[in-house]
Amino acid sequence: MIVTEAKSFVLVAAMITGFRRVLVAACAGCTAVCGVGGERQAGELADALRLHARLRGEVLDTEVRGVTRQCEPEFVAELAPAVARAEAVLTLGCGVGAQFLAEHYPGVPVLPGVNTRFAGGLAAPGVWEERCRLCGDCVLYLTGGVCPRTRCAKGIMNGPCGGAAGGLCEVGNATPCAWLLIWERLERLGRTGTLDEIGPPPDWSGAQAGPRRSGKGGGVE
Amino acid sequence: MTGVSGLARVLEAGRFAVTCEVGPPKGADVRGLAAKAAMLKGFVDAANVTDCQTAVVRLSSVAAGVHLAAAGLEPVVQMTARDRNRIAVQSDLLGAYSLGVRNVLCLTGDHQKFGNHPGAKGVFDLDSVQMVDVVRRLGDPGLFQCGEPVDGEPPVFFVGAVENPCAEPVELRVRRLDKKVRAGARFLQTQCVYDLDRFRRFMGLVRTRGLHERAHILAGVAPLKSARMARFMRDAVAGVYVPDAVVARMETAADPAAEGVALCVEQIAALREIEGVAGVHIMAVAWEKIVPEIVCRSGLYPRPAADQR
Ligand code: SF4
Ligand code: SF4
Repeated sequence: MIVTEAKSFVLVAAMITGFRRVLVAACAGCTAVCGVGGERQAGELADALRLHARLRGEVLDTEVRGVTRQCEPEFVAELAPAVARAEAVLTLGCGVGAQFLAEHYPGVPVLPGVNTRFAGGLAAPGVWEERCRLCGDCVLYLTGGVCPRTRCAKGIMNGPCGGAAGGLCEVGNATPCAWLLIWERLERLGRTGTLDEIGPPPDWSGAQAGPRRSGKGGGVE
Repeated sequence: MTGVSGLARVLEAGRFAVTCEVGPPKGADVRGLAAKAAMLKGFVDAANVTDCQTAVVRLSSVAAGVHLAAAGLEPVVQMTARDRNRIAVQSDLLGAYSLGVRNVLCLTGDHQKFGNHPGAKGVFDLDSVQMVDVVRRLGDPGLFQCGEPVDGEPPVFFVGAVENPCAEPVELRVRRLDKKVRAGARFLQTQCVYDLDRFRRFMGLVRTRGLHERAHILAGVAPLKSARMARFMRDAVAGVYVPDAVVARMETAADPAAEGVALCVEQIAALREIEGVAGVHIMAVAWEKIVPEIVCRSGLYPRPAADQR
């Protein structure tokens, strides 16, 4: 899942200052699951923004609309009548949703109401943790199902580095050293032999040459 | 410093080697470096120049190494993976070789969050094992990481790496060391050792794999200057194990600095007895002036003269 966090209210209020009619666009996908971008949160944010504007003697009208997913043009198109009534769109979709909105509606400013953080999952109640950097060249088969690119602070392929101590990574925050996790898991599976291979440097050529593309079930390139 | 590495010649002749560490200045004034070189020259076979250690910006390790060499002290240029991608690593190494540098020590590098630019992007395009492989390949068979040949005489470095002999699980450390040796590391300097029993266990595993016969292992020591430093090393430095007895000895000493030196000399004597230890690496950060005394009291002075190496 794409994990998002609400931007600070002060910043959001500043972003929409000067617009008299704002569409707050919710998304029922990942951001709704994160509790920041669903229709309910969009409604609450719209109420707070109107109150904030009124207290400052400004005029603000809001409209709240949600779609199934902002990362699909078909759903984005459903917003057309509401967008036509607005001077600006404040979206609670992730960065992908915000860009799809901007592309579809070139005539209206699209403002992000959330910060798009990472691809992760629910690690503890109410806590999402990053698990994948979307590198495009998955090495989990070598590393016991623990991603070194994401969970090692240095993203190295031949760890652990000298900073690992007591099972923890040198960066602190009680983060386990990914390479110690990898070692433990492979040991349990009787597959530590893969750790004796010298893991090659990653190939970034696919991931760093503009946006990547993919077709259903396989690449388009 | 032209030709081959003097450090390599000392080690390959089977002489017990001594290296130390010199931190480059946090500025462009290199007079202090020249002074340190003059002080250490003749007492050590080579001096490591650190590469923006703890991610704090300092004079480049390649430049500092060249300054040391000019002052008569052979450098081991440290290179971390933190700040350079594979293009920069190779380019900087060609530059270092062209300036006479022959010893390179490959490290992953401390995380940038610990330094004075915590917002910097950590590169880590290569890790230390991969970097050893890249440096070795530049010289033999003379190829860049991409596979293209290096023009002209290939830069053959004396390639080194590090390992932490005390960190758990020790077996994993030794397996990783094995990878570094297979990648081409010819000398290995260890994190500083205070816990000799742990270190002996590490060396036992090293000998089982025969790594001491394929690479020269220099045990790291770091003289303690005060009881506070001993406690700090024990409690706050990841991967360093200081036994409580050592801390207690520093705490009760009338002259802690002298006690720290005595302890270091004893440690060196004990390390020399361990089969497979080919030398010591003395890390006296910001206390470089104590190195000659430690070397002399350890009976390691004089060093083999450059022309006899
Ligand atoms: S290696 Fe890690 S970052 Fe790459 S695809 Fe697999 S889980 Fe994601
Ligand atoms: S301590 Fe472990 S997780 Fe942290 S940077 Fe080093 S190898 Fe990676």
